[in-house]
Amino acid sequence: MTAGSAQRRSGRSGWRGLLRDGEFRSGAIVLVLFGLVAIFADLLADPDGLSVVKAAGGALEHPSWQYLLGTDADGRSVLTLVVHGTQITLLVGLAATLISMVLGTVVGVMSGHFTGVGGGLLNRFTEWFLVIPYLPLAIVLATVFPPQVPKLLAVIIVIGVTSWSSTARLVRAQTMAVEARPYLERARALGAGHRHQMTRHVLPNVMPLVLANTTLTVSIAIIAETSLSFLGLGDPLRISWGRILDMAYSGGVISQGAWWWVLGPGVAVVLVVRAFNMCGRALERILDPRLGER
Amino acid sequence: MGNANGGGAPRRPRPLSLSLVLRRCAAALATLVFVVLANFFLFRILPGNPEKTFAPRGRNADPETLRQLRETLGINDPLNVQFGKYLQQLAHLDLGWSWSKKEPVLDLILRGLWPTVLLSGTALVLASGIGVWLGSRAGWRYGSRFDRWSSNLAVTFYSTPEWLLGLVVLVVLGRFGLGAGGMTDPRSELPVWLDVLRHMVVPVLVLAVVYVAEYSLIMRSSILDERRADYLTTARAKGLRDDLVLRRHAMPNALLPTVSLLFLSLGFVVAGAITVEMVFSWPGLGRLTYEATRGPDVPLLQGLFLFFSAAVIFMNLLADLLMPVLDPRVRQP
Amino acid sequence: MSSEERAERAPQARANTAGEVRVPQARAGGGPASLLEIRDLRVSYRDRGVPLPAVRGVDLTLGAGQTLGLAGESGCGKSTLASALLRLLPANAEVSGEILLNGSDVLKMSWGQLRAVRWNEASIVFQGAMHALNPVRAIGRQIAEAIVLHAPKSSAATARRQVGELLEQVGVPAWRAESYPHELSGGQKQRVMIAMALACSPQLIIADEPTTALDVMVQAQVLTLLRQLVQERGVGLILISHDLSVLASTCDRVAVMYAGRIVEQGPGHRLFAGAAHPYTQALAAAFPVIGDMASRRAPRGLPGDPPDPRDLGEGCAFAPRCPVALPECARHDIALRTVDAERSAACVHVGAVA
Repeated sequence: MTAGSAQRRSGRSGWRGLLRDGEFRSGAIVLVLFGLVAIFADLLADPDGLSVVKAAGGALEHPSWQYLLGTDADGRSVLTLVVHGTQITLLVGLAATLISMVLGTVVGVMSGHFTGVGGGLLNRFTEWFLVIPYLPLAIVLATVFPPQVPKLLAVIIVIGVTSWSSTARLVRAQTMAVEARPYLERARALGAGHRHQMTRHVLPNVMPLVLANTTLTVSIAIIAETSLSFLGLGDPLRISWGRILDMAYSGGVISQGAWWWVLGPGVAVVLVVRAFNMCGRALERILDPRLGER
Repeated sequence: MGNANGGGAPRRPRPLSLSLVLRRCAAALATLVFVVLANFFLFRILPGNPEKTFAPRGRNADPETLRQLRETLGINDPLNVQFGKYLQQLAHLDLGWSWSKKEPVLDLILRGLWPTVLLSGTALVLASGIGVWLGSRAGWRYGSRFDRWSSNLAVTFYSTPEWLLGLVVLVVLGRFGLGAGGMTDPRSELPVWLDVLRHMVVPVLVLAVVYVAEYSLIMRSSILDERRADYLTTARAKGLRDDLVLRRHAMPNALLPTVSLLFLSLGFVVAGAITVEMVFSWPGLGRLTYEATRGPDVPLLQGLFLFFSAAVIFMNLLADLLMPVLDPRVRQP
Repeated sequence: MSSEERAERAPQARANTAGEVRVPQARAGGGPASLLEIRDLRVSYRDRGVPLPAVRGVDLTLGAGQTLGLAGESGCGKSTLASALLRLLPANAEVSGEILLNGSDVLKMSWGQLRAVRWNEASIVFQGAMHALNPVRAIGRQIAEAIVLHAPKSSAATARRQVGELLEQVGVPAWRAESYPHELSGGQKQRVMIAMALACSPQLIIADEPTTALDVMVQAQVLTLLRQLVQERGVGLILISHDLSVLASTCDRVAVMYAGRIVEQGPGHRLFAGAAHPYTQALAAAFPVIGDMASRRAPRGLPGDPPDPRDLGEGCAFAPRCPVALPECARHDIALRTVDAERSAACVHVGAVA
């Protein structure tokens, strides 16, 4: 294969290649749909339906044309709950991911760039966080968070703080790889300071990897939010998919056999997490120099 | 292996030298020390008033009762005194006294240990075996129908929280009048081990399905990385059959990153154990953790947290020590 | 071989798909029965429906004890040709033509027959310095694997002994059998590859770029080793390299490939000194002569790049880069023409069609 033919095939990489990727497209469509649902939740489903007092339906009704996903133990339409739950679930997921990515990237770049004591300490710190299992830590943090802090914010911070370490490790490895390249040596020889090196040279090269990692982190964050809410550690006043499932579990959904109560939010969780995973895998494929065998 | 001619061959180094093992253990110990410290400060630094939860009338109890309670719980002392007591207790392997269950934390943990190991351990063993086989087959036949289907399914199940799958299964079983909660049924006439086995099937399967999804994706990825390797062409050129090329050459190489990632995923196994045990009322450490969040029962949570962290640190140590055995390139010369 | 025999063996002139009549070039002194005979071999890769031709009609023969060199830049198809000989091409490769190894067509063999033939009758020496050896297996085991595969009744002790002997023959101490590839130097790895190729005493050895990535001293050692083996064992050797000087010194005959075709063929030393085809001339001139200050100061490289397989048109593939191209070269492709009894070249400036 000549060099020319290899260059022609680069249509597979880059943004155009991403849009052509089947997995990315399926994932992106789902995400856009759920995004729209989150934004227009009030239009799509009557917010009154969230109130236990104003609920119109009978308890635990089967899915029907009136209530597409049936009702819960208080007579609320499960569909309404799921639609509104989209807002909190996505909000927490994205906000926690933001914290996680910022922390992870900053710590990763700094620990990769600064050799010596500073970088070594940061690396140690990252490793320690990696070792501690995330759910026990999240539970512990969520439990002992001061009650003055609004629960929603607490959950976001907890998830952000427990998931940044794997990003940091990835970013650190990439930073060290980038720093080994000759043009960075030249930049240093020309007198580039630490901040300049890190922001103008390392960061742009690290960002594609960070981007791919972000989508995968969101799916982890959403699962974390759902799990924490399910365990009763989330905000009891806000509706998220995990909260619906928590209410279902405590409301005896197993003994009642009200499968719609579980399937509604459950399928939503799986669809969204799956969509983020698919996009993340597609991004990894694009970044991989081996032209897309994943 | 003897030498064809005598002399000249240096002694074959063993994969694990004593100094390497000691160094790795020391590093693991250092991490454990950090966890012990973090454990203590985590609960003390973050303000909260746990005594209000356990007082007879909760938040509305009178200040005197609260003060007495704080005394009993040992949180009235200055921080350094508490720290001293904490370390002292640890030295005696005393993890404190559970506020909610009124028993030593260590006893509770030891009691819950076996059910958790039984459940999660079985699921892990099953899942690694099946996952590695599935993933290697899918990756080796990249693009085939088997690959596309199994990868699709794998991504879907990988995106499902274990407890959600468990919940769905329980609801479905419930409709058919089948229950699957708990570890044993005291009314059952079956021998204990058979009874446990019967209760184990569903939760183990639920856990295993999700783990298989994750591991098969990891293995598939590793195989795809190895597929292009030159040494595989050499193996084929020698006249080796395709399945032997996979088993003898591709897999030993592809397993290296897979094993490493498998051990690293143990943090998520702990998460799975906690939530699945809760859903299935399995009397293990997971359910204990869930119960400890009610309150919160700080000493119990603390002890569990310490235990889980220690387990993960230990697994990482094992993984670290396993790498030189599996990969000759990593061995010290 | 008498002239009657030669006439009897001369294959019919065949018309290829383009309507050209091509007479396969005369063999220079082949053995009584040719070890390897390649007839009109064509290989293309299919990339998303588009065929990319890599080998476009190659005829070659090789007798026992002979050395044939295959020269050309990267992308000319020489490695594809080497892989095709044992059907080691990837799944998206389409192959046509005939590859007669000891009279049997490799391309038509069943998988079982092919696997038996592989390594036993013909083996390949890959670029050992790269990743042609399994990194997590001791090299002795990898060599033994070949032995045991084709002689399953051998005991472990026999195999071990043979491995030791093979290693000694290529100049690697026998105790190295327990080493892993990363513990060996580039030169040693290449020797191990050669030892492995000899494991089943094949009649044909194909060495694909065996000296690339090795420094000059080690290169010389490896080439000497190969020459020695050919002489001692009477194996046929195909030596592939982009380095014409390497081939000129080691091979009886050299064939130069460009864009999937053989553009010149002849005895090694004569090709290097006085090539007939402009491409060969350029290849030979690209290497500065040591001691010749003039060539050092003005290295004569070849402008342009090898053609994209998708862009090959009607005319001679080399025409765009050819310093002596004529207008008709872009319109009609040229078949191999006889230069003299031993040489042929595919250039319009060479003699007349035989």
